Amino acid sequence: MEVLKIATAGSVDDGKSTLIGRILYDTKSLTTDKLEAIEKTSKQRGYDYLDFSLATDGLVAEREQGITIDVAHIYFSTKKKSYIIADTPGHVEYTRNMVTGASTSQASIILIDARKGVIEQTNRHFFINNLLRIKDIVVAINKMDLVDYSEEVYNKIKADFEALMSKRDYQDQKITFIPVSALKGDNVVHKSEEMPWYKGEALLEHLEQLNKADIYNVGTPRFPVQYVIRPKTDEFHDFRGYAGKVYGGNLSVGDEVMVLPSKTRSKIKDIYFYNEKYETASRRSSVTITLEDDINVSRGDMIVKENDLPTIDKQFTANVCWMDATTLTPGTKYVVQHGVNKVLAKVDRINHKIHPDYSGIEKDVTELKVNDIASVTFKLNKPIFYDQFKNHRTNGSFILIDSQSNNTVGAGFIQ
Amino acid sequence: MNKDTSHINSLENEAIYIIREVAAQFERPVLLFSGGKDSITLVRLAVKAFYPAKVPFPLMHIDTGHNFPETIEFRDRLVEELGLELIVRNVQDSIDEGKVKEETGRYASRNQLQTTTLLDAIEEFKFDACIGGARRDEEKARAKERIFSVRDDFGQWDEKNQRPELFDMLNGQIDLGQNVRVFPISNWTELDVWSYIEEEDIEIPSIYFAHKRKVFLRDGMIWSAEDEVVYRDDHEEVIEELVRFRTVGDMSCTAAVLSEATTISKVVEEIRESTISERGARIDDKRSEAAMEKRKQQGYF
Repeated sequence: MEVLKIATAGSVDDGKSTLIGRILYDTKSLTTDKLEAIEKTSKQRGYDYLDFSLATDGLVAEREQGITIDVAHIYFSTKKKSYIIADTPGHVEYTRNMVTGASTSQASIILIDARKGVIEQTNRHFFINNLLRIKDIVVAINKMDLVDYSEEVYNKIKADFEALMSKRDYQDQKITFIPVSALKGDNVVHKSEEMPWYKGEALLEHLEQLNKADIYNVGTPRFPVQYVIRPKTDEFHDFRGYAGKVYGGNLSVGDEVMVLPSKTRSKIKDIYFYNEKYETASRRSSVTITLEDDINVSRGDMIVKENDLPTIDKQFTANVCWMDATTLTPGTKYVVQHGVNKVLAKVDRINHKIHPDYSGIEKDVTELKVNDIASVTFKLNKPIFYDQFKNHRTNGSFILIDSQSNNTVGAGFIQ
Repeated sequence: MNKDTSHINSLENEAIYIIREVAAQFERPVLLFSGGKDSITLVRLAVKAFYPAKVPFPLMHIDTGHNFPETIEFRDRLVEELGLELIVRNVQDSIDEGKVKEETGRYASRNQLQTTTLLDAIEEFKFDACIGGARRDEEKARAKERIFSVRDDFGQWDEKNQRPELFDMLNGQIDLGQNVRVFPISNWTELDVWSYIEEEDIEIPSIYFAHKRKVFLRDGMIWSAEDEVVYRDDHEEVIEELVRFRTVGDMSCTAAVLSEATTISKVVEEIRESTISERGARIDDKRSEAAMEKRKQQGYF
């Protein structure tokens, strides 16, 4: 069994929570007590159907307003896969939540209300999914029951969306259109009998057959050192292990490596996972590595293959999604957290703002406000070791921390 | 090693990464240990994260005084075997000092009172990070919790002002007086925890397995009649049933389930088939629909 993380995006009232609730219901993932609570509340509110959105709308404030206001995580599994859905709200002001949800996902569902078609929000959702280079996208055209399950409506929306696709930056993205009714359960988990003209898969069928190879971005191996393990016991007197997670590709015993920033060369001696030694550490595994040579390595350093170095530089340009109520202005200093490494950074210049609805860019920008996306150049107080985001999702991304408030105020994707 | 193919292994790798981040980013972390399966799982993950070195932070148990005796025995044996440091702080002391007032009546529990004892202990030891075993699948309010969740001086959770968490990057920067609650097994489900316990052959307290117990029924739930702390009306009849517990919180608010699962593999099988969620057996969440969220805002774990 494998894990698939999915981000969802839709505008208010597109029926996103209902869709998720429907998936949970049809996969029998709702437990008796949760189902009872939904039945009870639906009845109290006088609905003549089950309001599945109640399964996911978690916080009191949300229930009061009837909207989702933050990223919620929902778990369910089938015999084939274990799913984690990051349910992110679709309002304009919550771009930051969508970026957050998409950052940990391998696939994404964009919801469109069949009655409304492709709207400005849809452009934004697609833009963000493209910016974050999500490999597999499902465009779920919802509320088909309210347009008489019309093939014409479906085709029109599909054509409108395809027009958008030509504008995208990341072309290598698989996009699948599925007509659904979350409320009635058409083409969500089960194939619909109402739309014989649709020959494709139901939503869950599509997700079930996604291959790991198709949805994971892989790159070259990068090993940021998280923690140095020095037991100082009699048995492990001279043990000096570097704990961290392997990103991008595999590392093996005997690999000729270089430690950055010192550029010291060595070889991988042993790879430990707990008390067992392995020949290879595969990507995304949290291992402990020892080196042949006794060299000085500390947290924030990076072990890479000697013949495959990242860019080592004291400045870079990135697409930044600004997430804070304060503004970003040239000259301001922030902490850049790049993986586990932290450096001080100064905003050198804002190159241009990017309208996330594909309406172009805006030059001569003096500040960024919350939910703005822009190309920004930073200067650092010491070099970092990065890859372009398009080549390495992990080593090409960073967060910005405000050292006054300590808040995470932005996310960046290195160009 | 092909650690990224299996579902449990990928969750394990994620949790180990998070625990290492805690040790690296904070001065005085602590692992909150309840004696339950989730915190036992955390201990295993912490041991794995730092091998061959020792776990570089202590465990702390906020003892309600209403624990199942098996849990306490188990706790003491575990820390002894693994050579871990254990801190215990008692809710009874907070009651004796007049800081909190014991609840009375049918649904009296010490679950809420734990918060005061916990916050006092955090202040006493100046802990800046508390690792806990909460999972997002447990409850709707937990589903929105971050992995690094910042609490103010009063231990409060501001759900509308949470830091975004992108990719693997965890921002542990805080001000003096603040602390971070850390949830390494956020993305695990109840079944994942049980499967991991089975796969890793982790020992857990005996009350998690089916055993004969004197119980009584109330509100459609099964309560232990063997322990005085569980309030029982005289007319509530005591019967003997084969039961096990799905959680081992405060005895006074933890209900049992009928079960024949005497081994870990049978428990896993039962959970797989089960249609009652885990917190369905915790009466304090049923008090109101927003029960958990309210407790969290007050600083409950």
